[in-house]
Amino acid sequence: MKMITAIIRPEQLEAVEEALREILDEGDNFRLTVDTVEGHGRQEGEVELFRGKLVRVRRVQRSRITLAVNDAYLEKSIAAILKGAQTGEVGDGKIFVTALEECVRIRTGERGGQAV
Amino acid sequence: MEPTQAIDPGSTAWMLASSAMVLLMVPGLALFYGGMVHRKNVLTTMMMSFVAMAIIGVQWVAFGYMLSFGTSLGGFLGWDPALLGLSGIPHTRLYGDKMIPELVFVMFQGKFAIITPALISGAVAERMKFKTYVAFILIWSTVVYCPLAHWVWAADGWLYKLGVLDFAGGTVVHISAGVSALVLAVMLGPRRDVARGHTVLPNNLVLTLTGAGLLWFGWFGFNAGSAVAVEHPVAGSVAGLAFTTTQSAAAAAGLMWMVIERWRHGKVTSLGLASGLIAGLVAVTPAAGHIKPASALLLGALAAVVCYFAVQLKAKLGYDDSLDAWGVHGVGGIFGALMTGVLCFTPVAGALSGNFGQLGLQAIGVGVAIVFAGAGTFLIASVLKATWGLRVEETEERDGLDVIIHGERGYHFDQT
Repeated sequence: MKMITAIIRPEQLEAVEEALREILDEGDNFRLTVDTVEGHGRQEGEVELFRGKLVRVRRVQRSRITLAVNDAYLEKSIAAILKGAQTGEVGDGKIFVTALEECVRIRTGERGGQAV
Repeated sequence: MEPTQAIDPGSTAWMLASSAMVLLMVPGLALFYGGMVHRKNVLTTMMMSFVAMAIIGVQWVAFGYMLSFGTSLGGFLGWDPALLGLSGIPHTRLYGDKMIPELVFVMFQGKFAIITPALISGAVAERMKFKTYVAFILIWSTVVYCPLAHWVWAADGWLYKLGVLDFAGGTVVHISAGVSALVLAVMLGPRRDVARGHTVLPNNLVLTLTGAGLLWFGWFGFNAGSAVAVEHPVAGSVAGLAFTTTQSAAAAAGLMWMVIERWRHGKVTSLGLASGLIAGLVAVTPAAGHIKPASALLLGALAAVVCYFAVQLKAKLGYDDSLDAWGVHGVGGIFGALMTGVLCFTPVAGALSGNFGQLGLQAIGVGVAIVFAGAGTFLIASVLKATWGLRVEETEERDGLDVIIHGERGYHFDQT
C-alpha cells in the first residue's frame, strides 16, 4: 500500500480529479481527500494590489490531494496526476509517495488492502 | 421656475432620507449577489453593483437627469442644455409644485438610475469582461434607461400621458433591467461550470441574507419616496399607503416562497425566503401607491408563486441567468405591472372594479418596456461584442476573476 500526497495548482484540480476517476473508479467512486494549502517552492507568490501598492504575497495557494492506493494502482495514479496537473511552468507542484503501513476502515474494522 | 411657495421641511426631510435609503440598496444588492457566486468571483460580482454608483453617479449629474427630466422633445426624450452638469438649477429652486428643492428630486431619481443597471449584473456574473460591463451600463443607462424614465415618469412622457401606472419603477426599473439581463445571459452563454453540468454553490449565504435585509429596508425609500410623483406635500398619505403595501407584499411573498419550498422539498431554505421577499418587493413596486394593503398581501403571495416557477425555468431552457435577475426582476416586474391594472383603486379603478381598460394600458407599458429594453440591449451588446468582446477567456474564468481582473482576493482566511 502506498500513500500519495500531491501538491498541485488549484486550477488543475478538476483535471486531476477527472484523470484519477478514469483509472480508479470501478463503479464504486474512489477515495480522495483535498485541502487548500499555502506554501512556496522555487516560484514567488502572486502579485496583488492593496491600496495602490503592489504586494507579492509570500506564499501561494495550492491544492493538496491525498489518496491511499494498493501497489498495483500506484504508477497509474501517478500518471493520472501528471496528466491532469502538468502545465510545464514553474509551480506545477510535486507528488510524494510514501509507504503505508496499515489502513483501517472505521465502519467495519477491515484492515489492509481491503480497506484501501 | 421661481419659488412661489414655501419649502416643506417634512417632505424635504423624507425625500433626503429616501434618497439615501435607495442608495443603500446598491451595497445591499452587491451583498445579495456577492454571496451567491464562487469564492474566487466575490469581489468582481460586488464591484458590478458598486461601480454603478461611480459611473451612473457621474452620468446622472452630467447629462442623465437632463435626458430623463429635461423639457420634453415630443414626449420621447428630455432636453435642456441648461441642465447639463445641473448648472441651471439654483439650489433654492423648488421642483414643480412639490415644495421640495429640485436638487433633492434630482438625487432621488439618480439613485434609481444607479441601481437599475446594477440589477442586470446578476445575469452576467462570473463571466462578463469588467470593462465591457462598465461601457455597457453607461451606454445602456443613456440610451435605454433615460428615455424610458422620461416616457413613464416625466409629466410630458408619452406613456405617462397615456395613463400607464408605474408607481415606483416596475416598468422603468425592473422590467427593463430584467429583460436586458435575459438578453445578455443568452448572448454570453452559460458559465463554464454550468455548461459542464455543475451547480455553482454560494460562497457565503450570510452575505446574501444581509443584502436581502438591506434591500428590504432601502425599498421603503424606493416605494414610499416615490409618492413624490402623485402628492404634495410628498410625505403624506400616499407615502404611508406605499410603505404599508411594500411591507405587506414582501412579507406575504417571503411566506409563500417558504410554503412552496416546504411543500415541494420538505425544507425551508434561507435563500428561498430571501428570494421570495425580493420577488414581493419587485412585484409591489409598480403598484405600491395604487393598491390596498390586503391586495398587496395577495399580490405578494402570487408573485412568489410566479417567480418561483420562473426561476426553475432556466434549467429547463438552458440559459444561465446566474443570479436570477430575469427570473425575479423581469418576471416579477411584468407580473406586478399587470396586476397593478387589476388591483388598483387610486387614482383610477382597476379590472377588479370592472375597469378593464387600465389592464390594457398596463399591458402596453409592459410591452413597450420589453421591446425597447430588449432591442436596445441587443444592439449595444452586439456592438460591444464585436469590439471589446463580452466574455473573459476560459482560463481566466477557471482561475477566478477577482485575481485576474482586480488583482485582489476577497478572502485571506489562511493568512495570519
